[in-house]
Amino acid sequence: MSSCCSTETVDFPLEPRVPGRIRTVALVGPPNSGKSTLFNRLTGLRQKVANYPGVTVEQRVGRLNGIGRADLTLIDLPGIYGLDSYSEDARVAVDVLRGQMPGTPMPDAILLVLDSLHLRRQLMLAAPVLALGLPTLVLLNMSDLMEARGGRVDTLALAQELGVPVAKISATRGTGLDAINHFLDRRAEPEEAAAASKIELPVLGNPRSYRQWATGVSTRTKYKAPLSSQWTRRLDHVLLHRIWGPLIFLAVVFAVFQVVFSIGQPLSDGFGDVLNAAGDHIAPLLGSGWFESLAIDGVWRGVASVLVFLPQILLLFLFIGVLEDSGYLARAALIADRVMRSIGLNGKAFIPLLSAYACAVPAIMATRTIENKRDRFATILVAPFMTCSARLPIYMLMIAAFIPNRPLLGEFFGLRAAVMLSLYLLGFLAALATARLLKSSVLKASSAPFILELPQYRLPTVRSLGLRLMDRGKVFLRQAGTIILAVTLVLWILSHVPLHTSLPDSLIGRLGHLIEPVIQPLGFNWKIGIGLLTSVMAREVIVGTLGTLYGADPATQSLGLQAALRHDLTLGGAMALVVFFAFALQCTSTLAIVRRETNSWKWPALQFCYMSVLAYVAALATNQAILYFVR
Amino acid sequence: MVAIALSSIFGAETADEIDLSGAWKLRLLSELPIGTTGVVESLELPGEIQHHLMHMGFVPEARVVVVRRAPAGDPTVYSIDGFEVALRRETARSIRVREYEAK
Repeated sequence: MSSCCSTETVDFPLEPRVPGRIRTVALVGPPNSGKSTLFNRLTGLRQKVANYPGVTVEQRVGRLNGIGRADLTLIDLPGIYGLDSYSEDARVAVDVLRGQMPGTPMPDAILLVLDSLHLRRQLMLAAPVLALGLPTLVLLNMSDLMEARGGRVDTLALAQELGVPVAKISATRGTGLDAINHFLDRRAEPEEAAAASKIELPVLGNPRSYRQWATGVSTRTKYKAPLSSQWTRRLDHVLLHRIWGPLIFLAVVFAVFQVVFSIGQPLSDGFGDVLNAAGDHIAPLLGSGWFESLAIDGVWRGVASVLVFLPQILLLFLFIGVLEDSGYLARAALIADRVMRSIGLNGKAFIPLLSAYACAVPAIMATRTIENKRDRFATILVAPFMTCSARLPIYMLMIAAFIPNRPLLGEFFGLRAAVMLSLYLLGFLAALATARLLKSSVLKASSAPFILELPQYRLPTVRSLGLRLMDRGKVFLRQAGTIILAVTLVLWILSHVPLHTSLPDSLIGRLGHLIEPVIQPLGFNWKIGIGLLTSVMAREVIVGTLGTLYGADPATQSLGLQAALRHDLTLGGAMALVVFFAFALQCTSTLAIVRRETNSWKWPALQFCYMSVLAYVAALATNQAILYFVR
Repeated sequence: MVAIALSSIFGAETADEIDLSGAWKLRLLSELPIGTTGVVESLELPGEIQHHLMHMGFVPEARVVVVRRAPAGDPTVYSIDGFEVALRRETARSIRVREYEAK
């Protein structure tokens, strides 16, 4: 999972093939061989992410900037075990390698990445790839780790066995990459490319003969597998322990949220103060009048009210990144499999569902690891119920405004944290119930197998975590700078037209009053109604909208947003609003990605309607219950 | 711990070098206790799943070590070719293995 909704618009014209010249290089390798790390290393940060036409398999293309060869294009192929067309991934890889993928030229050379820690098994892929007859360089990745753990392999002998050059590299450290430059230079000379020696490959193209061949090759090249990491063994002994395992798992999840709130809140508050102070400093420079009102009350307040959540959102992404990169998420999937099975889902669905706590868009892309199509669709359909970071702004705002800060269980667990935690739980339970419903109706299927590879633990690198955060930060800022900016601008104009009218008589006020009867039973006023309409674009937009509307209202202008809300809403309405947000699918990016991943508008439409109805009913129930019990 | 020690020793050898002097007993992979080793005899799974497993190393004559069970007792973690793979009991039940019993 490289990036989320951000599709870089960098364009790489794919040139037609010229015999004897290398222009396009394909990166091939089994899953978990470190292919993505190498791709990032070789291309630098400029890459294009798109889907192959007609299928849901991702295509990543970039220039070989990382090794100073910007004239060459690198195509990243999906991680595959073999070239048989059993899975969509493998079909795409074969089509690209044979030059049968429309819009993608046939590669002139192949970089085959193999994980040298498990070379014997990884070599199984070499047989079918070498049989394609393209100039190939075999890269033994993680060779530094292999040697550190007492493994070894004779690369010269291996090169002789395979009939192609072999190089030891480390994609994480960036060592050994000059071999790629050498290979590409040499292969550019046609006579060199033609001199591929004859080698013996298995005739029968089945896993068994590939394995026999791979075993033979690794024996003849004196391959000695490294000892498996001591750390992985020791850690698994504790982290997958019968009693400690699940306890640690719960503690980890709880700790993540606790830290996000206890460290993230002050960070966000501080950031907010800085933004407000900046606004106060800019205001006098603009003079007074309509322009100052537009710039400060309209745009600045609206955008700033969303921007303040950036620190918390980045913190949450940092934690999920650490869990994923360290290898712990795979263990979490193993622990959760039993629970997931009881709702008819696969333990593998747990990983996307957990990352949906950050954002549903990358989570939905991560469902690609689920082999069974019906299981995958069910996971895609329930993922938006998980409390994503875009819900945090409105949750935080409403809780801070309406829930007193009273301790419940000591200092660390207060009433506010309890309300927040129940909102998270609410989304999770809705996801479970919906999955259950789907799996016993439209998406009923015989149980799919659970095949999960447990990677060895490793320390997440600062580089890869930094890339994730930068990616996320960029998406968030772009959203704030485009959608939220535009929405607040339009709102400010609509709330001041016709000129010299009070807010309730403005265009936006009239529209709000028009829809008020529908939302009144939920305890919402017309301003919330406008917020619901604008937040269909993205959930966090509602905070900006409320900031602009209350800023434009003379009655609440002088108050902060929290005080303005307290002045205007009941407790029932406030809680109904957060419950509404727990269930509703207000995110155009999610709808777009569901459309892309399911290849039809049917599923996102169904999902949107189902979640909206559920949100309305639940919010209605919440408001009425609070009216009944609290009064 | 025995299982892991075995896997690391065996991982360094090849399938041709197994000591065959002990007695072999045919069983299902799901029945093997923690710490034991089995040699894959045959798989009986739907095409695509079987294929996937075979590419992951579950081919006849491959050695599988039962490493540990998940906290809930299922799935079970197996080590094959130095890789750790978790399978549910229902899947492991479709894999026949020979269990090696030392004399």
